[in-house]
Amino acid sequence: MLIKKKQGLLQPYYLLEIISGLWITLRKMLFDKKVTIQFPEERRVYSDRYRGMHYIKAVNGVENCTACMLCPTVCPAECIHIEAGERSDKEKYPIKFEIDVLRCCFCGMCEEACPKDAIKLSSIYEMSQADRTVFDKGFLLDQRGNK
Amino acid sequence: MEVFDWGVLAIKLGFLLVLLLQIPPIMVWVERRGSALMQNRLGPNRFGPLGLLQSLADAIKFIFKEDRPPGMVNTFYWYLAPLISVIPAFMVFAAMPFASNLTLPSGQVVHLQLADLDVGVLYIFAIGSLGVYSIIMAGWSSNSKYALFGSLRSSNQMISYELSLGLSIIGILMSFSSLKIQDIVMAQAQPLMQLGPVVIPKYGIFIQPLGFLVFLVAVFAETNRLPFDLPEGESEIVAGFHLEFGAMKFALFFLAEYVNMTMACCMIVSLYFGGWQLLPGLPGLIGASGLTGFPLEALRVGLEFASFMTKVAFFLWFFVWVRWTLPRFRFDQLMNLGWKVMFPLALLNVALTAFLIYRGMF
Ligand code: SF4
Ligand code: SF4
Repeated sequence: MLIKKKQGLLQPYYLLEIISGLWITLRKMLFDKKVTIQFPEERRVYSDRYRGMHYIKAVNGVENCTACMLCPTVCPAECIHIEAGERSDKEKYPIKFEIDVLRCCFCGMCEEACPKDAIKLSSIYEMSQADRTVFDKGFLLDQRGNK
Repeated sequence: MEVFDWGVLAIKLGFLLVLLLQIPPIMVWVERRGSALMQNRLGPNRFGPLGLLQSLADAIKFIFKEDRPPGMVNTFYWYLAPLISVIPAFMVFAAMPFASNLTLPSGQVVHLQLADLDVGVLYIFAIGSLGVYSIIMAGWSSNSKYALFGSLRSSNQMISYELSLGLSIIGILMSFSSLKIQDIVMAQAQPLMQLGPVVIPKYGIFIQPLGFLVFLVAVFAETNRLPFDLPEGESEIVAGFHLEFGAMKFALFFLAEYVNMTMACCMIVSLYFGGWQLLPGLPGLIGASGLTGFPLEALRVGLEFASFMTKVAFFLWFFVWVRWTLPRFRFDQLMNLGWKVMFPLALLNVALTAFLIYRGMF
């Protein structure tokens, strides 16, 4: 809808309006606080519930995961690949645990599904890589974020 | 001409060229930092002190980028357009005086101007308006609708505002009765009136305020700067006339835009703000320096040049400032402003000046 605003006497002649506009930009430039976050030095603080990069929780250096295959089943992006194996003490464990983060949609379903509290999402959000890395078990065990 | 003249000419030419090639990178930096600060951001601040070397990085990027013509362009004009945009932009500076004459110890006089033309103002306007051909050529040869729209708008806008631009300076030419820029600048040294201890010089702005206003607006339109950047209108026609140009060709258009802007500022300063006339306070400084002979002469010329550049720098900044303050005009608003406001105002200014001169006011 066209809303006709009532104009002041001098408004149609722009000039005074332009001058007040110029003053606004000058004021913004000189006095306002700048909102830029200087990234590598300054970082934005995310909430603890932020869903970022995955990690596998370990107790005494042994990963909690028992390769129950719940997380690859629930994952909507089908990006978790696990190969199960048997440890010497007859416990099931993942020989291979890979997440194709390029496909992951960070929904957090894997974290919800896991009965052993093994797969978790950390608050790390800098995931740029120079190649198409598939995050493997060793790497995922290393990640912690704020947890 | 003798060897001495050729030498001086070569030095002046080299100096001017280097100076002009420095301005666009610095202006790009000013524009990016300035816009960022006005929008509460910081802008490029990583490369070099305060990010000053950012433009250098940009230039390197422009040079090494792949540059291939899109299919179906009209090759001849497509290659010609960037050249045509740059050459007139640089040519106009030939008639611009940067300071008064320098007398060497040997008695020879050096004009700090490449060519002291009798028709300097006309020359600048004639060559300056050639720039529109490059835009039309670029748009036409690109074989792209957006580019064509951009160049159509630009030719429309340039022609509409060139009228007001030309008419607005007639007042100045009448009151100083010269077309020589050096004469106009010299004439602006005369006192206009005395306000207590302050002498107001006869600067163009004081005797032609209306003309100045029209000139300023028209110059914004002529240089395609916001609020009149319809030929480029990013939100409507992508990038307008230079849409299909990449790498160094695009950079040349960019360069031409900034050099044109510099020229516009030089014209504003020379016609309305006393050109190289010293800034207030500097004449006293020269008097207090206690130098004599050639050093005094050199100091005076140096300060004149510095004054000129300071004024130009202010107006360059003004261009940036306005750009990041005002939104773009709609096309019909642009035409309305050009034909129904600026053109009559310019005519009125000519009539008013003629009347005042007839009554012996100037
Ligand atoms: S966050 Fe979602 S998409 Fe990513 S691995 Fe877990 S379940 Fe799959
Ligand atoms: S749901 Fe948990 S325990 Fe089961 S395979 Fe996934 S990470 Fe391992």
